[in-house]
Formats: sequence, C-alpha cells, structure tokens
Amino acid sequence: MTEPAAQAFLEEFERDPGRLDWLAPERRAAIEIYRKLGLPNPRQESWKYTDVRLLTRRRFRAASLAPAAAASAAASGHGYGSEDCHEIVFVNGRLSAGNEALPAPSGARIRSLAEAAGTEPARVTEQLGRHAADDGRAFVALNTALMSDGAVIDIAPGTDSQKPLHLLHHCAPGNAPAAVYTRNLVTVGANARATLIETYTGVAGSEYFMNTVTEIELGPGAALEYYRVQQESLAAFHVGSLAVRQERASRFHSFSIDLGGLLVRNDVDVRLAAGGADARLDGLYIAVDRQHVDNHTRIDHEQPQTRSVENYRGILDGRARAVFNGKVVVHKNAQKTDAQQSNANLLLSSNAEVDTKPELEIYADDVKCGHGATVGRLDEDMLFYLRTRAIPEATARNLLTFAFADEIIRPMPCRMVRDRLEHSVARTLPGAAVIGEFMQ
Amino acid sequence: MLSIKNLHVSVEGREILKGINLEVRAGEVHAIMGPNGSGKSTLANVLAGRDGYTVTRGAILYRGRNLLELPPEVRACEGVFLAFQYPVEIPGVNNVYLLKAALNAIRRYRGLEELDAVDFLALVRGRMQTLKMSEDLMSRSVNEGFSGGEKKRNEIFQMAVLEPSLALLDETDSGLDIDALRIVAEGVNSLRSGERAIVVVTHYQRLLNYIVPDRVHVLSGGRILRSGGPDLALELEKRGYDWVKEAAAA
Repeated sequence: MTEPAAQAFLEEFERDPGRLDWLAPERRAAIEIYRKLGLPNPRQESWKYTDVRLLTRRRFRAASLAPAAAASAAASGHGYGSEDCHEIVFVNGRLSAGNEALPAPSGARIRSLAEAAGTEPARVTEQLGRHAADDGRAFVALNTALMSDGAVIDIAPGTDSQKPLHLLHHCAPGNAPAAVYTRNLVTVGANARATLIETYTGVAGSEYFMNTVTEIELGPGAALEYYRVQQESLAAFHVGSLAVRQERASRFHSFSIDLGGLLVRNDVDVRLAAGGADARLDGLYIAVDRQHVDNHTRIDHEQPQTRSVENYRGILDGRARAVFNGKVVVHKNAQKTDAQQSNANLLLSSNAEVDTKPELEIYADDVKCGHGATVGRLDEDMLFYLRTRAIPEATARNLLTFAFADEIIRPMPCRMVRDRLEHSVARTLPGAAVIGEFMQ
Repeated sequence: MLSIKNLHVSVEGREILKGINLEVRAGEVHAIMGPNGSGKSTLANVLAGRDGYTVTRGAILYRGRNLLELPPEVRACEGVFLAFQYPVEIPGVNNVYLLKAALNAIRRYRGLEELDAVDFLALVRGRMQTLKMSEDLMSRSVNEGFSGGEKKRNEIFQMAVLEPSLALLDETDSGLDIDALRIVAEGVNSLRSGERAIVVVTHYQRLLNYIVPDRVHVLSGGRILRSGGPDLALELEKRGYDWVKEAAAA
C-alpha cells in the first residue's frame, strides 16, 4: 500500500530510531500501526473533505535543532513573560532551555518528555496513547513513532494554580521543509484547578509540518481551562490531536483558536467517563486565501448526568475552506445527558466554502441533546442600522465580522490571552485600524 | 428642510407610495398617522436610505440637496436620523463605542475635532439621565437583551447625542407602557428647537398627547389623504381612519 509520502515518514523512522530510546518498544509498535494505516485519504469518511496528499508532495525531514536565537525570538514575539505565566518554550519540537530552567510552581511538576522518558518511563508509558488511541489514527501513530519532545505536567490534587502554564511551540525550520512531532502529557489531580495555554507559531512564510498530540486526564472534581492558539506560518501544515478523559464532576473548558496554517486538521476527543463530568468546547477558525481548516470533535457521554456544550464559529474569505464535524455519542447508560452543539459560519466571499456536519449517536432514552449549524453572510438589518449611525459600509462590515469572532474571544476568563487574541483577530480581518476604535 | 415631491416607491415591483407630497420646515414637528400597511414605515425607510426600495417617480430634497443619491451613512452625517421601529440587536458591538464612533464620524464629516473618551462621557451623561439609561445598558452590546422599552429609549438617547437636523421616529410609541412613553416623549421634547425638524410616524394618537405636533398628516393607501393641525389627531382617535378615506373618495 505504501505511497511515496507514507514511505518517506517510514524512512524517517529508519533514519533516526535512536531518539527517546527508553520508549523504543512503544515507538516501534506505533510505526507498525502507521505502516498498516498509511496516510488518510478522502475515501475515509472522516477525511472526506481534507486531502492530505498535499503533504506527500513535500519531503519533510525531521527538523534540526534551531539556534538559540530562534528560541529567544519566539519567546519575545509570542510569549507572555514569566511575570504572568509559567512559560515553557519548545523550538522545532525540542525544549529550548535545559531542564533545570523549567518552571517549578508549587503543586505542579513540569518536565520535558525527553527527560521523563529516561527517568520515569512508567509515568510516560502509562498515559502515552491511552487516550489518544493509535488505532485508526495514522497521525497519532506517526507522532508516537517520531516524537522528539514535549511537556509532561502533573498538577497535584487540591492545587489551585493561579498562574497559567504556557507551552509555546515554535518552528524555525530553515530552508528545507521540516517536520516536528511534539507530545504533551498532562494530569490534573482531584479537585485541582489549572489553566493551560498551548501556542503554535512559526517563522512567517516558512514551510513545515507540525504534528502535535496532547493527552489530558482530569481527576475527580478537577477543573482545567485550556487554550489552544494556532498561529502557524501561512505555509505550514498543522495536524493536532487532543484527547481528554474526565473523571467524576470534573470540568474542562477549552478554547480552540485557528488563525494560521495552510492546511490544518484538529481532532478533539473528550471522554466524559464519570457522572457529573462537564465539558465545554469553544472554537474559532478564521481562514483566508487558500487556507484549509478542519475541526473534528468527538464527545463521548459514557456515564449518567454528564454535560457538554460545544460552540464553534468560523469566518472564511477568499478561496478558504473549512470543515466542522461534531460528533456526540451518548452511551447506553448515560441517562440525563445534556449535550448542546452549535456551529456558525460567516462567508465573506462567494468562493469560500464550508462543510459542517453534526453527528449525534444516542443510545440512552432520557437525554437532552440539541444541535444547530448555520452558514451565512452578514446580516443586512445590522448593516443598515450601523450605516444610519454614520458608520461607512466597509467599516460596518468589518465591525460585524469582528463582533462575530469576538463572541468566542470576549468570554475568555484569561485576560492576557483574550487581549492578545482580540488584536490578532482584528489584524487578520480587513480594516483593523477602524475596528480598534471600537475596542479601546 | 425636507421637501418631498410626488414620491412613488415600489417594493419588489409593488407600488407602496403613490405620490407623496410633504413640506417640513426647520423647527416643525410633523406627525404622519395612518392605518397599518398604509406606507408609513416605507416612507421612513426611504428617507433613511434602506436598500430594496425603488423610487419610480418624484424627488426628495433635504436642505436643497437630492437626498436619494446619498448613501445612508452620508445622510446620517448630513443630519438625518431614523429611530427604528424595531431596533436591531448587534451582539459584540458595544453600545457606547458605537455611539462614540457615530458621533465622531459626524464630527469629522463636518470638519470638527473628534471627542476623546473623557469629553464624550461628559457629553452623554446628562442625556443618559433624561432617558434613564443605566450604566449597565450603556456597557452592553447594542440593544442586546434590552426590553422593548429599553430599545426605544436607546434610540431616542442616540438621537439626543447625535443631535440630528431631521429626526424620523418610526412607531417609537409601539410597545411602550405609559411610563416609558413619558420618558421617551420628554427626550424628544427636549430636542425640539428652531433648527430641527421632527417627523413622528405613528399609528396611535397617544404619543401626540406628549409630543404635540405642528402638523398632522393622514397616510392611507400610499397617499396623504388629509393634513391638519393637532386637532386632526384627536379627531382620528375618536372617529378612526375610515371617515378620512370616505371623504377622500367622495
């Protein structure tokens, strides 16, 4: 079966089997899974609208270590600074500073995956792939086989972390197309509270393939606020997987923001594995020109009295294309499940396209489930109202477009992320200066 | 100020206004009354510049200029203001920022210096009190979660801040209880001046107890059938619209 590109990734594995050698058995098993699966193709239902064959036209080689200057440039351009958060910078998939430089907040253990694989392999293998199942997920298998580094974070039970943790993943690939594989493992102990931010960036215009997997486990009563801000280079490929498992009465609130990347695919899997678990997934994607962004989410209500609310919004201009597939599975004994889903899209150009699909599978009979999807243009009544208030038409359009996006950003509890994103989004849209007048 | 001559307007090929003539001078308050479907809102919307209305004949002159060739935002800068019958909710656009942007757009157009946040707030504070606009309403998105009465009050509040030359009030009294009606009327009356014309479009006479017009016009079937002083409104309240129609047909 092996197509040239799939083959290229296999060769990559052969070339460098030595990394994270404590995990050699896991990596070898994963590459065998990948060998069987190959790259996804449009004949597979969940890849119907996203053709990754573009990837096969590039010869991505594992990214080399970037000079230290790239790390400090990334941190100064995209970091939030150590005053406001605990920041960990990865450049080209590797921890940019030594382990001894990692933040050590009380109640939390943070180390690099490369270190943890050597010193506490059991901790790593216990979680690795437990939630982000390899079977059927070629990119997760590829990640397990080729991962270079990432963060391993354990928040102790009862910890109330005030300062957010920020994982900044930056790519500075140089001249040749480079591939980066990062893996993050996170546990939040019983009744602990934390905020985790993941930012993905790269040198503007550079070509690379970022394959990232984050696995999160929430203990009973734990609460995690999770921000994923994807601002890759506009020539980059980004494939991200997020797998979350929630215990009793835990709360997970995620904000997934896609502004960058040429071809972007996100898979989110949330398992509400015990009663009272509550997940809220908010998302925003903005795509222009020929950007392609695909969000596949799956929420499993496995136990009674679990709740999920999902709200994704998209803005598409030029020849951009977006895919949203929101799957909710209510298992047989998950009575009193409450699941709400909504996906709203704003098309600014007649050449832009969106494929949106809610998928509900309900095996319990006493549940409350709802979903809605819209694809539309700006509201004419709102436009007219603003124009009668002396706002020029172009400004009114830009303002309404920004307001549509801001419905996702404004409610973010983490102020530093919210403020920066409002400016990033305004810059992505036309008429940034005028929108600014309304934001002060 | 406003001169409407033999105005014919169609919507989707159907003629709604069939030859309207109206002269409104600075300092005057005119009431346009009429049964539902008579074309009152069409007239207000055409004056404000909404898309979808085709003027097939006639002209609208505003301060001697052809109003119809100006886009809505330029009309606003020239001093035309429409208080909407159904003010739209605009999630994510802040009430105060919109109003400040509107005021500054108008000031720029007129070659005046823009107001900064401090001067702007000083200017709006008094008007907030008159119209009982709370800080909470001000800081929300435009009309979002406002009650019907709050939306109408917000319209008149915006009008009080923007100080138009020609104010058009489209069914501002509909959906208001008696207290809200009084607040709104007080706001409108505080804006009566020798330089400003106000056109009140309404179905009921009730509002005109509080905003006493100089002239009253009965619009029916797309034509003004009768014009008169404030007494005409009272007569319509007592006798309904039919006698006007019959008299016009006779």
